[in-house]
Amino acid sequence: MRGIRWAAAAAVYFVLTCGLATAQTTLRIGLAEDPDVLDPTLARTYVGRIVFASFCDKLFDIDQNLNVVPQLALSHSTSADGKTVTIKLRPGVKFHDGEPFNAEAAKFSIDRHTSMTGSFRKPELAAVDHVDVVDPLTINVVLKAPYSPLIAQFTDRAGMMVSPKAAKEAGDKFGLRPVCAGPYKFVERVQQDRIVFEKFTDYWNKDNVHIDRVVFLPIVDSTVRLANLKSGALDLIERVLATDIKSVREDKALKLATALELGYQGLDINVGNGGQAKNPLGQSAKVRQALELAIDRDALNQVVFNGEFKPGNQWVSPENPYYQQAYPVPKRDVAKANTLMKEAGVSTPFDVDFMVPKGAETQAVAEVIQAMAGEIGINMKIRVTEFATSLKQAEQGNYQAYLLAWSGRTDPDGNTYIFFKCNAPQNSMGYCNADVDKLLDEARVPSELVARKAIYEKLTKTILEDVPKIYLYHRRILIAHTTKLDGYKQMPDGLVRVVGLSLK
Amino acid sequence: MADITVNTKLIPAKDVPETLLRRAMRRLFRRKSAVLGLAIVAFFIALAIFAPLLSPYDPVAQSWTLVRQPSSASHWFGTDDLGRDILVRVIYGARASLLAGIISVGIALSIGVPLGLAAGYLGGFLDSLIGRMTDAMLACPFLILAIALAAFLGPSLGNAMIAIGVTATPIFVRLTRGQVLAVKMEDYVEAARAVGNPRWRIVFVHILPNIMPALLVQATLSIAAAIIAEAALSFLGLGQQPPEPSWGSMLNSAQRFLVNAPWMAVWPGLAIFVTVLSFNLVGDGLRDALDPREVGRS
Amino acid sequence: MLNLLGKRLLQLIPTLFFVSVIIFSLQQLLPGDPALIMAGEERDPAVIEQIRHQYHLDRPIPVQYLYWVKGVLSGNLGESMRIHVPVLDLILQKLPVTIQLGSMAIVIALVIGISAGIISAIKKNTIWDYAANAFALWGISTPNFWLGIMLIFLFSVKLGWLPASGYVPLTEDWRASLASTIMPAFVLGNAIAAILMRHTRSAMLQVLESDYVRTARAKGLYERTVILKHAMRNALTPVITLGALEFGTLLSGAVLTEQIFTIPGFGKLIIDAVFNRDYAVVQGVVLVTATVYIVLNLLADIAYVLVNPRLRT
Repeated sequence: MRGIRWAAAAAVYFVLTCGLATAQTTLRIGLAEDPDVLDPTLARTYVGRIVFASFCDKLFDIDQNLNVVPQLALSHSTSADGKTVTIKLRPGVKFHDGEPFNAEAAKFSIDRHTSMTGSFRKPELAAVDHVDVVDPLTINVVLKAPYSPLIAQFTDRAGMMVSPKAAKEAGDKFGLRPVCAGPYKFVERVQQDRIVFEKFTDYWNKDNVHIDRVVFLPIVDSTVRLANLKSGALDLIERVLATDIKSVREDKALKLATALELGYQGLDINVGNGGQAKNPLGQSAKVRQALELAIDRDALNQVVFNGEFKPGNQWVSPENPYYQQAYPVPKRDVAKANTLMKEAGVSTPFDVDFMVPKGAETQAVAEVIQAMAGEIGINMKIRVTEFATSLKQAEQGNYQAYLLAWSGRTDPDGNTYIFFKCNAPQNSMGYCNADVDKLLDEARVPSELVARKAIYEKLTKTILEDVPKIYLYHRRILIAHTTKLDGYKQMPDGLVRVVGLSLK
Repeated sequence: MADITVNTKLIPAKDVPETLLRRAMRRLFRRKSAVLGLAIVAFFIALAIFAPLLSPYDPVAQSWTLVRQPSSASHWFGTDDLGRDILVRVIYGARASLLAGIISVGIALSIGVPLGLAAGYLGGFLDSLIGRMTDAMLACPFLILAIALAAFLGPSLGNAMIAIGVTATPIFVRLTRGQVLAVKMEDYVEAARAVGNPRWRIVFVHILPNIMPALLVQATLSIAAAIIAEAALSFLGLGQQPPEPSWGSMLNSAQRFLVNAPWMAVWPGLAIFVTVLSFNLVGDGLRDALDPREVGRS
Repeated sequence: MLNLLGKRLLQLIPTLFFVSVIIFSLQQLLPGDPALIMAGEERDPAVIEQIRHQYHLDRPIPVQYLYWVKGVLSGNLGESMRIHVPVLDLILQKLPVTIQLGSMAIVIALVIGISAGIISAIKKNTIWDYAANAFALWGISTPNFWLGIMLIFLFSVKLGWLPASGYVPLTEDWRASLASTIMPAFVLGNAIAAILMRHTRSAMLQVLESDYVRTARAKGLYERTVILKHAMRNALTPVITLGALEFGTLLSGAVLTEQIFTIPGFGKLIIDAVFNRDYAVVQGVVLVTATVYIVLNLLADIAYVLVNPRLRT
């Protein structure tokens, strides 16, 4: 008799949970790599930011036109001397563990970014001197020197807020069970297999969150990722290959969402980093200009990417508000290139050590450039190098040309300062120009676009003449998703925003 | 890598009347799969040597209007993602792959055999030392060792060959040592020692020629494995550098186009398969032919 | 007997020492600076210095080696620089996956290898011999990554029968779990099948011509009985032991196969760690797997000696 009651109870329980289970919607997202640690202070990968977007809200966010919009903060204002930034916070926000979000928590999070051992946010917030709590919903960020890109930094990991209670308890193990204030909260992670999140019922914007669970699955091979999407095993995938676009568009069950990236793909030229700079390409700006003119960006885009990407010649894409219209993308001009080579007085042909990080499409791009450069007497000798090795070799100046990409930042300062300033960490070209340094610092002072753009115009002119970098093209962020997913719009920063989405 | 130890004792070549050797060759040729294998290997070697004469196109010439074309009259295997003719690249790729196979095994032989001879003949502490190091190398995953070495030496076909050769060495050390131990106690070796031959002479003149057959068999099988290893390293970007083709690097580029242009993956993959299978068939055939159990029969 | 066992156990120590030295120095040989890679896109020098100090990368190499060995001997295999998870935890997490994949691969290898070997030996020098031969050799004649890609293309993209990637644990859904592992297991097992086929064939040939089989035939027993009862029993024992030993080959093959099929096992763990210069992970995993391999070999050797008294001298 007891047995029957047990069975009945089990049956009821079973039916209930089954019922509940079937009502749950899950968004399965295919990533191109396994993210590193899920701690916004210690994280360093691009793919990690995609995951953060679903569970860790920031002070501010951006919209499609790169304007700053409120998220956990409502507004900001800068003092007249540019050294104090006042930020007003959103009331009624809770962390995943129930702790309240307030000025103390904001100060704690920013301090954690600037001072924790091993923090990767330190360079981003290097200008911050300290943070003051003005009242429970207002903080003052006091800077060492005016730094207008600060708000842009707060739209990324540096602006992510963590629960002080959880962070204090976990220390540097916070990433194993992160507690933030985003639309979803962390459930579990199996390394290289999946990361699972479920809806946070006390989210400040919970009315716009319609999907119950989000699961991230890292799948490295792009063909396999796409195959999973087509078969219905995934709902959304990132980094679709340009050559797969046609296949996605032809599939009635899939949709493509794109946006032009914030970054760029380009060619670094060793102009002053060690002995390798002493070659005709590194020594003469005319030769570099010739190389730039010998490259047919349109053909490159067509051959390798089916014309899907956008040729570019500056550190921001032609659609970016900071793009200098006075310097448009040049068309290929072999005649002019040859003239420049003659003017430079170099004897052709000569070899160039061309370091190319291993990658599906980078190799094809390198081979096309090699063919084009060959026509004006420059022999680019391709050396496919593992990414890890290429970083070290670039730092040591162990290359003459280096094909590389930059994922891009919302603020143009993020695409220029660390690359062109003398001895800056990403300045592996060994480029050093005092005027450029001055311009870079000047551009950090004003906060309005017009004033900064005028300064950047002078910078653009100089860079285009000195050519320490040749900008080639801008990728499109290519996200493919099932038509069952409603409401998805792609932003230029490549992140997958889950608020406002619904699954049929 | 294929793990093979030949346990049977092989009859020393010099003691075998010539007719026996001819009998072995006859037996090899009777085994049809080995003959087929030999023929195919010879074909690919000829392809590699005469590549320029056989190719209507330049293997690295890009053609931006003919990107990813399927098979046609002018391009029998189609074109790849930069418009290059695949048939020609497969022919030239034979050079890289065959060279990789043969030179890697050459390196493994030149390091492994002397070490094996020393370990087997001299014994004692040297034997133990070499033995433990060999065991240790065999316990590590071969591909990881090869990747690390190739990355360290720098990505190039030559360095990939060195990396594969070094990681293939332990197999030859073990094989040689085993063979030396088996042959050491034979009468003719005892005789040579009794007569007062110096050790090096005994090893190189009396022992080495008689263990050649076993080494030859393993070498053939290792070439097969080395070609596959080169493909794996090139697939990871650590082997043949662009734009020169190798079958492995062609597979690497083809991966993205599996759905759009499957012919890019099919032909180099098939080339590897046929070549490696042939080497394996020849190796197996050689082992059968040189098997002393067969020597008595005909 | 005990003498032999003792001697072999003693040999374990220098072998493991060499393994640790090999794998440690290979990591050091790898060009590139793990601190640079861990330092994120901005690569701030202060952050890099911090990382170097935290993971003892600023100490001379022999000192780093000693730090590592000290850790290993006290049960601490270090921590992944990339995701801050202890290596031991990562290994334990992936062990069930690797065991499942490995066992399936070996079963497939045994089935293919042994049957091909038997057929090849019985029907020597006929078309069946060559066919069985070629079928088994297929496994080591194709690069496993290419075979994997082709299988995905056929069974997932074109036919839609099997999932293209991912792993479902056995405990969660055994049917889906088998579906997700059958293709990679086949790719892995294929390679080992060839080796097993060779040994089976060779052993079968040896046995088929041996005296007691001749005697059995002379007694007038049916050919099939002769083969099944006498030949196979004697030929197969060493082959099955060999199958278990091919665990080492499995890991090498798994490195690329798991990458293609996105199976979160040891292979993928190692290859990702090598490319991210996550030293501790590579060292820890290789040390563990090498130890298991060496111990298995030792057990197999003991088994051989136990079974075959003639080898005891």
